[in-house]
Amino acid sequence: MSTASLSVRRWWKDPWRKPRFLQALTWGYLAWSLVPVLIAVAFSFNAGRSRSAWQGFSLRWWVGDPTAAESLLYRPELRASVVHSVWLAVATMLIAVPLGTLFAIGIDRWHGRGPGIANFTMLLSFVLPEIILGVSLFLAFIYLLRDVVSLGSTAQILGLVTYQISYPVIVVRARLLSIGKDYEEAAMDLGAPPTQSVRRVLLPLLYPAIFASAALVFADTIDDFVTVRYLCAAASCEPISVKVYDAARAAPPPSVNAAVTFMLVATLLAISVGFVAYRRITKAERAGPAGREFIGFQV
Amino acid sequence: MREGARISSVLYPRWYWPSFAAPASVWLVFLFIVPFYVVLSAAFGTIDLFGNPLPVYQPWYWSTATFQDILGRFYGTDAFYRPALIRTLVFVPAASLLCLIIGYGVAYYVARHAGRRKGLYLVLLISPFWISYLMRIYSWQGLLQPDGLVNRILAWMHVASSPVGWLQGKPSTVILGLVYGYIPYMILPLYGFLDRIDQNLLEAGRDLGAGPMKTFVRVTLPLSRQAILAGMVIVALPMFGDYFTNDLLGSTKTAMFGNLIDNAVQSPGGGPQAGSLVLMLMVLLVVPLLYYLRSTKRAQEAA
Repeated sequence: MSTASLSVRRWWKDPWRKPRFLQALTWGYLAWSLVPVLIAVAFSFNAGRSRSAWQGFSLRWWVGDPTAAESLLYRPELRASVVHSVWLAVATMLIAVPLGTLFAIGIDRWHGRGPGIANFTMLLSFVLPEIILGVSLFLAFIYLLRDVVSLGSTAQILGLVTYQISYPVIVVRARLLSIGKDYEEAAMDLGAPPTQSVRRVLLPLLYPAIFASAALVFADTIDDFVTVRYLCAAASCEPISVKVYDAARAAPPPSVNAAVTFMLVATLLAISVGFVAYRRITKAERAGPAGREFIGFQV
Repeated sequence: MREGARISSVLYPRWYWPSFAAPASVWLVFLFIVPFYVVLSAAFGTIDLFGNPLPVYQPWYWSTATFQDILGRFYGTDAFYRPALIRTLVFVPAASLLCLIIGYGVAYYVARHAGRRKGLYLVLLISPFWISYLMRIYSWQGLLQPDGLVNRILAWMHVASSPVGWLQGKPSTVILGLVYGYIPYMILPLYGFLDRIDQNLLEAGRDLGAGPMKTFVRVTLPLSRQAILAGMVIVALPMFGDYFTNDLLGSTKTAMFGNLIDNAVQSPGGGPQAGSLVLMLMVLLVVPLLYYLRSTKRAQEAA
């Protein structure tokens, strides 16, 4: 056997060899996954109308000339859709997070067959493709509930809450499992009635999970373009995501790149605020990996 | 523990904990279960005097005319929906498999070899979750334009003499788009699992004389079967309902099942058709879905 093939064999057999191939795959994957997005962000600063050929730097698609009305800031319908996006996200967050938190506490503590069925339904709403939920809500609003809620902002919020409610449930339940029942039982041993032990002991312990899920719901709602698109009949209730989706199917100018960059920044801001709040509250307890709730889902 | 449970059930009234779950349960009944019933009622409904669709809410009056009409578009002589179904049944497994091959390698590397840089790798792996799907696919639209970066690089490397029409309904573009969109959902659960594998098992394998490859094939891979299946289901389920990836990166030549549903919803009076298609999709998904829900339940019980 030649020395070359021997050294290859030795390299192959060496249990401590560096996994060069896997390393290259990982770096390749990360570049593939993130660089395109950075390029799209860069093209929102393009001086020309193209989003594929660089023609110099300018802020024209962000804050450009008001009279041309082509920038994110000065194009009225783009601005209106940004406002609508934020409004939908805030409303969805304010409804879905309390409902989901209460639900998580309820099914965690209530014994019997009820919680199993309720939790199954909740998980189902989480794993079904969004188009199924979107279409069924759309049909419900145009047929059964036609005279109660018509398509528009209210329908959008009702639909978004239905889709998002499982986030706080999953995150808060994970937290409930990790804190256990000891604190609450100690409170009751000291004479606290049920309401007080929930409000003064359990709820403060759940704050990190509540903040985390609020950030998740806000970020995910800003990005949603399936459910909201079906549940909106007029241009006035189109959030920025739907505007981008419709524009992307034609020949979009870089102001659309500016719009998606704006969505990205809004999402990252929400996540950072939630994360900082989470870290501050859980400062005292650093046992587990910090911020596991922020992965977004657990398997 | 047992004692504790009894104490709390004595102190709390029977209705106390159920009342916490009540508001969200009522919400789910009215906005999740009732809408499903409306899907059935619309799919099995009739038309009124003016030819507009009319849902029927009493099951004993249901008519399967629309449903059979739609079903006939998948087989028979005039099967113009069939190509979309076949594409879905090819694209989704192909994309899921690619997700698994790439995702397993990345997850394995980060779990086993990242060393002190693990935190950095994890942040980078999680970051696609915070970039909207829309933006990620939109970014590729720019790169794949006739004068986009991909064609420029190919021309510079003298691989392609004329620009390739990546966005003109190429199956490979749509499959890679699906992989790109859903692979983060595969990597994180796989990572979570591979990171938990007991190092002692691997060292035992090595002590018994197995090389790195053999240890992987005989120890790591069999252990991760459950995680692989769960990851495949997590990425495949949403892909089956995906219409936007093809909408933004493909054309009617690469339309998938989700596009049939989306087109039906967008067309006036298309409610019953959309309802029938949604029912068919659910039938298609029921087996992987139940498998996934069962395995998560088992994982929760084990935890």
